[in-house]
Amino acid sequence: MSARKREAWDGETGYNFAYLDEQTKRMIRRCILKAVAVPGYQVPFGSREMPLPYGWGTGGIQVTASIIGRDDILKVIDQGSDDTTNAVSIRAFFAKTANVATTEETSKASVIQTRHRIPEQKLRADQILVYQVPNPEPLRFLEPRETECRKVHAYSEYGVMQVKLYEDIARFGRITTAYAYPVRVNDRYIMDPSPIPKFDNPKMDNSSALQLFGAGREKRLYAIPPYTKVDSLDFEDHPFDIETWDEPCGLCGATDSFLDEIILDDQGSRMFACSDSNFCGERRAEGHTGPMTNDPATRIEEGASKNV
Amino acid sequence: MSDDDVLLHVEHVSKYFGQIRACDDVSFDLWPGEVLGIVGESGSGKTTLLNCLAARLVPDSGLISYTNRHGEVSDIFAMSEPERRMLARTDWGFVHQNPRDGLRLDITAGGNIGERLMMVGERHYGNIRHEAETWMNRVELELGRIDSPPRTFSGGMQQRLQIARNLVSGPRLVFMDEPTGGLDVSVQARLLDLLRELVRELQVAVVIVTHDLAVARLLSDRLMVMRHGAVVESGLTDQVLDDPQHAYSQLLVSSILQV
Amino acid sequence: MVAKKDTRTMIAVSGLSKTFVLHTQGGARISVFEDLSMDVAAGECMALDGPSGAGKSTLMRILYANYRVDRGTIKVSHEGEMVDLASSAPRTVLEVRRRTLGYVSQFLRVIPRIATLDVVAEPLRALGVGEDEAHDRARAMLARLNVPERLWDLAPATFSGGEQQRVNVARGFAAELPILLLDEPTASLDAINRQCVMGLIDEAKARGAAIVGIFHDREVRDAVADRVYDMRETLAASGDAA
Repeated sequence: MSARKREAWDGETGYNFAYLDEQTKRMIRRCILKAVAVPGYQVPFGSREMPLPYGWGTGGIQVTASIIGRDDILKVIDQGSDDTTNAVSIRAFFAKTANVATTEETSKASVIQTRHRIPEQKLRADQILVYQVPNPEPLRFLEPRETECRKVHAYSEYGVMQVKLYEDIARFGRITTAYAYPVRVNDRYIMDPSPIPKFDNPKMDNSSALQLFGAGREKRLYAIPPYTKVDSLDFEDHPFDIETWDEPCGLCGATDSFLDEIILDDQGSRMFACSDSNFCGERRAEGHTGPMTNDPATRIEEGASKNV
Repeated sequence: MSDDDVLLHVEHVSKYFGQIRACDDVSFDLWPGEVLGIVGESGSGKTTLLNCLAARLVPDSGLISYTNRHGEVSDIFAMSEPERRMLARTDWGFVHQNPRDGLRLDITAGGNIGERLMMVGERHYGNIRHEAETWMNRVELELGRIDSPPRTFSGGMQQRLQIARNLVSGPRLVFMDEPTGGLDVSVQARLLDLLRELVRELQVAVVIVTHDLAVARLLSDRLMVMRHGAVVESGLTDQVLDDPQHAYSQLLVSSILQV
Repeated sequence: MVAKKDTRTMIAVSGLSKTFVLHTQGGARISVFEDLSMDVAAGECMALDGPSGAGKSTLMRILYANYRVDRGTIKVSHEGEMVDLASSAPRTVLEVRRRTLGYVSQFLRVIPRIATLDVVAEPLRALGVGEDEAHDRARAMLARLNVPERLWDLAPATFSGGEQQRVNVARGFAAELPILLLDEPTASLDAINRQCVMGLIDEAKARGAAIVGIFHDREVRDAVADRVYDMRETLAASGDAA
């Protein structure tokens, strides 16, 4: 097996396919299986030293490395964008160590690694979404003792999470958690969905795609299998709600995507644009326009594309 | 549940730390609504006994069984851990000597009181808030402080909050470890008055550990005098304090300074 | 129809022996009495007589189960049954005290910082009487004993001896319990208030209460007591009277 694979492998010498050795990948896959079997439960795993420091997505990278195959097509986004430094670097990393095809188009990808956003397009059953997670433990700020956290999860004693939401309402009149909004998976475990905006929480519920979460520094993985119930925590009289904007996307006119606020000049004029760059680009390609489409301030540089 | 059902049954409980017998063969029964005071000097084993009763320490021998609201009797150490934890959060209370051990200092007063409700599934913010306000009033805490964290409260106020936090779930048995120790005398007096009133009103059984005989007389129906881990005398509070039989009890009573 | 006079035994003491052992004073033994027996019937007032130190107050405290006994039984009629206080569990004694056995001591020993009105109402509240009714009855009792209204909302700790004694009496009689122990109920009272107390005792007897009292005042004793129990007869043969 190994000899044949190595011959066909014409990537960087000295590295195995996708950087990690096969035993490590097996270990991670075993952990992923455990995670999928117990949705939302944090599985400890032997996180490896990666060629980038903790805090830069090592958990997500290890998960991707363990599941990616030669025929996969990889998309990497960071805050919804394909062309930030990190997204570019990680995409290059896999291109180099696995020689896999990469894309910026959500609909073409089979594996999507993301930092802090879920793509706007609905995902399919043949896609896997890999999240980069900084802090996997939703209870950490309330219960610093790890021993106690484990018991809270094991015995499902989650009232303390409601206390956090109570505090928000008491202090600010409403639940102010805007990202990393805690969710309950499969009516059992409470999970930190990573710092995605709460706008994205509903996308996790009953998704056709497999969702995997990797935290490299904290050495935990967890998963939401396809078609799993995911609820955001709330109170009966303060139900969960998502962000809305008064304006559509300035570039494509979308009214149902997550918008970033962009300051245009020193006078503070601003516009809103889709955070998901691929989603916005495809809408513009279809001819959709927004209020800022013809504004010189928003002239878009057509850069070199890495599309397949 | 009939009046004859013992609430807490304690049989031959012993706890050793190496050679030291912190609790030596302690047995007693506690009925619903009874206030039992455990008095003794430092090192008498009273706090160790309290911790064993509250399932915070595992005794080396003996049996402690509790009768719940439905009349079911269970050995508290034979229960599963989640059951015991649930019991400790609902049917039982524990008032620590230092209120900081029994509160979440950075959570608002309202959040502290509401926590037990949220733990048993209360999901309506308005209801939780209303309960918290009711209890703030009952323990004589200013309503305006409901959104302040107890870190900003005085010792007496923190202790009142701790009491409210415990009582909100309607416990049937509350353990108290020197609840007024460390407080100024005048603050102590008001707190004792509050405790006395609440205990009577709510008909809650209490096991209170104290070295202060005046506190014991004020709050307890019954007393147990402990020395070197053993119970040397027990009985009706006024009887033990006014007509002590054991030499050590007589020594304790005669040692009280008069103002 | 005239109600048949209730003559059942309310208190039955048998074979009581009491010795104090003072461990803090080298184990000194003080025998107070030995093999004491007595009965008190409903509607009857028994006065304890004897010189100072004969053990009258000790006996009262024993009847209230405040002091223990070395031997003997102290049976009181509680809700139709004779209950032996000497061998009862603490909660039983407390229940008997709440519903059956009242005690007016020589000294007012109350929880500090409680208003006089609440002090007097407390035995009623303990019986489940509502706050308003308990307060009304307490006011009536205090008025009857000539305790000025301005004192009702104050804690009694700073009152004069006579005022404190009247609050004590008011509290003792408020709940109309079937057995009353009165230890010098008229001490420090003037003639008018002595009369009040005697009136209260007569009313209690009329409704069938059994009363044991220590009355140092001969006039009061002669007026209310049906029988006298002479403590001199029971001084322990062996010991000195303390």
